[in-house]
Amino acid sequence: MTTIITVTSGKGGVGKTTTSASIASGLALRGFKTAVIDFDVGLRNLDLIMGCERRVVYDFVNVIQGDANLHQALIKDKHCDNLFVLPASQTRDKDALTEEGVEKVLKELEHQGFDYIVCDSPAGIEHGAVMALTFADEAIVVTNPEVSSVRDSDRILGIIQSKSRRAIEGREPVKEHLLVTRYSPKRAHEGEMLTYTDIQELLRIPLLGVIPESEAVLQASNQGIPAIHQKGTPVADAYQDAIARFLGEEHPLRFVEYEKPGLIKRLFGGK
Amino acid sequence: MSWLSLIFGEKKATASVAKERLQLIIAHERACASGPDFLPELQKDLVAVISKYFPVNPDDIKVGLEKQGNYEVLEVNIVLPEGR
Repeated sequence: MTTIITVTSGKGGVGKTTTSASIASGLALRGFKTAVIDFDVGLRNLDLIMGCERRVVYDFVNVIQGDANLHQALIKDKHCDNLFVLPASQTRDKDALTEEGVEKVLKELEHQGFDYIVCDSPAGIEHGAVMALTFADEAIVVTNPEVSSVRDSDRILGIIQSKSRRAIEGREPVKEHLLVTRYSPKRAHEGEMLTYTDIQELLRIPLLGVIPESEAVLQASNQGIPAIHQKGTPVADAYQDAIARFLGEEHPLRFVEYEKPGLIKRLFGGK
Repeated sequence: MSWLSLIFGEKKATASVAKERLQLIIAHERACASGPDFLPELQKDLVAVISKYFPVNPDDIKVGLEKQGNYEVLEVNIVLPEGR
């Protein structure tokens, strides 16, 4: 059984690609054969975040149009044995993603025995984003504690509930998960930022995890290593927890409470 | 702002404002999105039928669905051209 997970948000810049890379890597580290697909045709970036940009020969659109087979286009990840990246085309138009074409590629991945397919959606609610969510079994909605992001997340949830295959065919609905990213416990504590419970109340979907705002994310993307590999950082731990919850394990939330720094920490620095 | 808050750089707690605004706008947008999406089609069909008998402007036919208590009221408003 293959499970298709769509990582989506509506709004741009909230951490979809960072999340796709880390969730896919985390699932692969758990031993699942995983593929991660970049649906952002024309603005590919997943390859950079995964650190495989120099190994791209063929892309998603090449496979859809029959110019290359899936085997040629899939790039094996450097860090995980059973993780493969399917990059987006940088030159084509987003209309190159046809519904039949996307379905054919997903079916073929299923044939090849993949356990999970992670679809990294482009921002917006247009064709590329709709293609990324059409075949979803589960959706991870990435949301920042910020008004425009929350509103756009609500919008994309409406689209999942109306345009996904599961919705159209009247099957069991897409399982939705909320992932709050760029969270600052301090600012939330001081009433300057929406809390994760505020966001969950507004969107009314189960919470998968809270990823704290962190310098580690930029450091990870600088190097092309998914953030989940930044051992010992709160971001990596928070993504590990999110994956554990995704797989049905129960883990309490971490990195969401603000602890006042002690006197020594205040005197001698540290963040 | 008092001189104290100038010195200590007090910040405003604006998250509650954000939450209230989002509650309103999300409720409003959900209500719109859950409405039927056949209204534009219905309007087009009505224009086609009526213009067989009257020369009407597509803008002169307005179709709306309103909720009044337990009822849903489909309102069709047609302005016929003058001078007939």
